[in-house]
Amino acid sequence: MITARILIRPKEGILDAQGKTVEGALPALGFSGIEHVRVGRMVELQAESADRLEELCEKLLANPLIEDYEIEIV
Amino acid sequence: MIWGVLQFPGSCDERDAQNACELAGADTRLIWQDETSLDGIDGVIVPGGFSYGDYLRVGAIAQFAPAMAAVKEFAAGGGPVLGICNGFQVLCESGLLPGALLTNEGTRFICRQGDLVVQESSSPWLSEMNAGETISIPFKHQTGRYFAPPEMLESIESNNQVAFRYAEGQNPNGSLNDIAGVTNEAGNVLGLMPHPEHAVDPLTGSIDGLKLFRGPAGVVA
Repeated sequence: MITARILIRPKEGILDAQGKTVEGALPALGFSGIEHVRVGRMVELQAESADRLEELCEKLLANPLIEDYEIEIV
Repeated sequence: MIWGVLQFPGSCDERDAQNACELAGADTRLIWQDETSLDGIDGVIVPGGFSYGDYLRVGAIAQFAPAMAAVKEFAAGGGPVLGICNGFQVLCESGLLPGALLTNEGTRFICRQGDLVVQESSSPWLSEMNAGETISIPFKHQTGRYFAPPEMLESIESNNQVAFRYAEGQNPNGSLNDIAGVTNEAGNVLGLMPHPEHAVDPLTGSIDGLKLFRGPAGVVA
């Protein structure tokens, strides 16, 4: 079995409401000098082969209209 | 006339949708997610709620339910399909409608009455309304920001696939071009974020939602 980590992020240019909210909370917590916060998700899975992972991303794990993904085999 | 109202684990507006269909003069049947046949059904409603917990992405899991395969076949044959709120998200995820829904610009769940402007459309769902008319129905969602990439947006606009826009100054979520609802190219599939099924009784302030349900039914209650 291989272990894959799939990183899914909102596409550049699409307003990331979650990232913006996180960024907005930082000054109140005393953090400065941090910008362009973007929030995505990471899916870790084990598979017999990497052959169909791209198809899995296109069909389910990501929505290619609004999200980019990267597959990393660990 | 029998309308099927889909039910997934996590659906929550299916009873209101049934009530709306019945007030519009149709009989209804709840269709559980694992049903594979829509025999005898004349119209389909994909209701609001949080199908499969909205895990992964809103509407992402529901597109694989057996009942959705039946809905795709039904829609391809020209059958009328209406997706409301989570149902709209499910129809977008399943490719029956163009575009995607993103978290509201302000990230908050919104719940208030608002106005939609009916657009020029050949959809049977809009047959009881006139272009330019305003209807008042509840807005109730957190993931309602309509998005389509530029080329797709242009084709939706030029094909008159925008069915409803938020009235001027009332766009609650940052939707592109104030879009509140879109149809497929043929017009038989309509999805919208606001809730016509919650605006069918004078008790709750507006009965404008009924017009939608009367559209394809061809029944004037």
